[in-house]
Amino acid sequence: MYQVRLWSTRHARGLETLYQIFERALVALDPLWRLIGYERLERPLAAAERTIKGFLFDCQMCGRCALSDTGMSCPMNCPKTMRNGPCGGVRADGSCEVRPSMRCVWVEAWEGSLRMRRGRDAIGVVRPAVDRRLAGTSSWLRVAREKSARAS
Amino acid sequence: MIFADEPAPGDPLPILPGHSSPGRFERVLRAGAFAVTAELSPPDSADPEDVYARARVFDGRVDAINATDGSGANCHMSSVAVCALLTRVGYSPILQISCRDRNRIAIQGDILGAAAMGVANLLCLTGDGVQAGDHPQAKPVFDLDCMSLTQIARRLRDEGRFESGRALTNRPRMFLGAVENPFAPPYDWRPLRLAKKIAAGAQFIQTQYCFDVPRLRQFMTRLGDLGLLDRVFVLIGVGPLPSAKTAQWLRYHVAGVHIPDTVVERLADAARPKAEGRKLCIELIQEIREIKGVSGVHVMAYRQEEAVAEVIDASGVLNGRVPWYPERHKMLLQEKVAP
Repeated sequence: MYQVRLWSTRHARGLETLYQIFERALVALDPLWRLIGYERLERPLAAAERTIKGFLFDCQMCGRCALSDTGMSCPMNCPKTMRNGPCGGVRADGSCEVRPSMRCVWVEAWEGSLRMRRGRDAIGVVRPAVDRRLAGTSSWLRVAREKSARAS
Repeated sequence: MIFADEPAPGDPLPILPGHSSPGRFERVLRAGAFAVTAELSPPDSADPEDVYARARVFDGRVDAINATDGSGANCHMSSVAVCALLTRVGYSPILQISCRDRNRIAIQGDILGAAAMGVANLLCLTGDGVQAGDHPQAKPVFDLDCMSLTQIARRLRDEGRFESGRALTNRPRMFLGAVENPFAPPYDWRPLRLAKKIAAGAQFIQTQYCFDVPRLRQFMTRLGDLGLLDRVFVLIGVGPLPSAKTAQWLRYHVAGVHIPDTVVERLADAARPKAEGRKLCIELIQEIREIKGVSGVHVMAYRQEEAVAEVIDASGVLNGRVPWYPERHKMLLQEKVAP
């Protein structure tokens, strides 16, 4: 939902805090996820993620979530799926070149990142091309698996 | 301008220490000259002569020629082919690659192919959306964005590897460029976004049309504050406007082109708008040249390419320097041979 999406970037700082707590819990629960089996969790978790993030961010389920680095504005909503910043076609009023009725996803992202604690640094890091095989999979589970593996 | 180690036209120049490419464009910039580039719009034709005719109008005025890649999402001859034709006779083309029409497999193949054909400069762009062009029914690809494209091009060159990690047997020696639009929101992020492009591998930048010098000054000052001016060559986009009507059209139909009201009014009030547009362009070039950190201008004179020579000559930016072109090369060689 477009209006909710705009609300989310306006409340980027609160969502940042919320997600940090959530992520810590996700990573801490790694033993439990392993017990149940990450593969078995994939479908229900992906469905939950799609519902929640779909509602809050119009999440497109790229599988490699960047919201914490993009001011809580999902870059996959950009018609050019740009993951590193706005194109040169942003209109003077901040609306999208391709879909004029929409605010540029990256104008939103920039404003959101300024509200966040580490958003401004994070938005300046080059994001590599996304792995298209991950589309539709749970980013949460991936984070839990990768971060717990790195910690151990 | 002819270098001491000048090869036969079409052959690469020796790569100097600290240089990335065997091209003359990088040499001109690193030598500290004020560089001039121009945009060639590829023909809707399969005739090589159409490409050469479009290049010849720039002879003696430009250090490199940009071959656009389906600009405005319109279908034309491919930029790789235009560049390959141009290198055959010794021109220094800048290959534009946009992310709209090809995925990473096709793009990496094109970079290798172009380098094999003697193309020494690459400009990485995201590209206009398909809705802007003559084939709005086409599938937009956008597998990469301008930033990941730059990163992948640098990896090919510096690490000798595809994005997948597979090794190349021979690397594409290319001078890497990116684009920036200081005249589109979010204005305060644009300089930082440029920093990101430099981090991804950009060595030179060509900007969107500049008609607003005060805003450009702000942008360049910010680049200086961020310490970026020593790390990248910045060429500012300019172009002659033929009429107030065209200016209005550009404003409303070409995304990202910012033309202040004063410019439109000046053209509307002029008795001879076309001449006034060229005069304005000359004045802009002269003002831009004085801004600290500007390494050159990029002239985009769509449908009035013949104006480029006039505008560059009148601006005096070349300072008597004559950029290389095939006929001049022949002339200089004859002089050398003659006693």
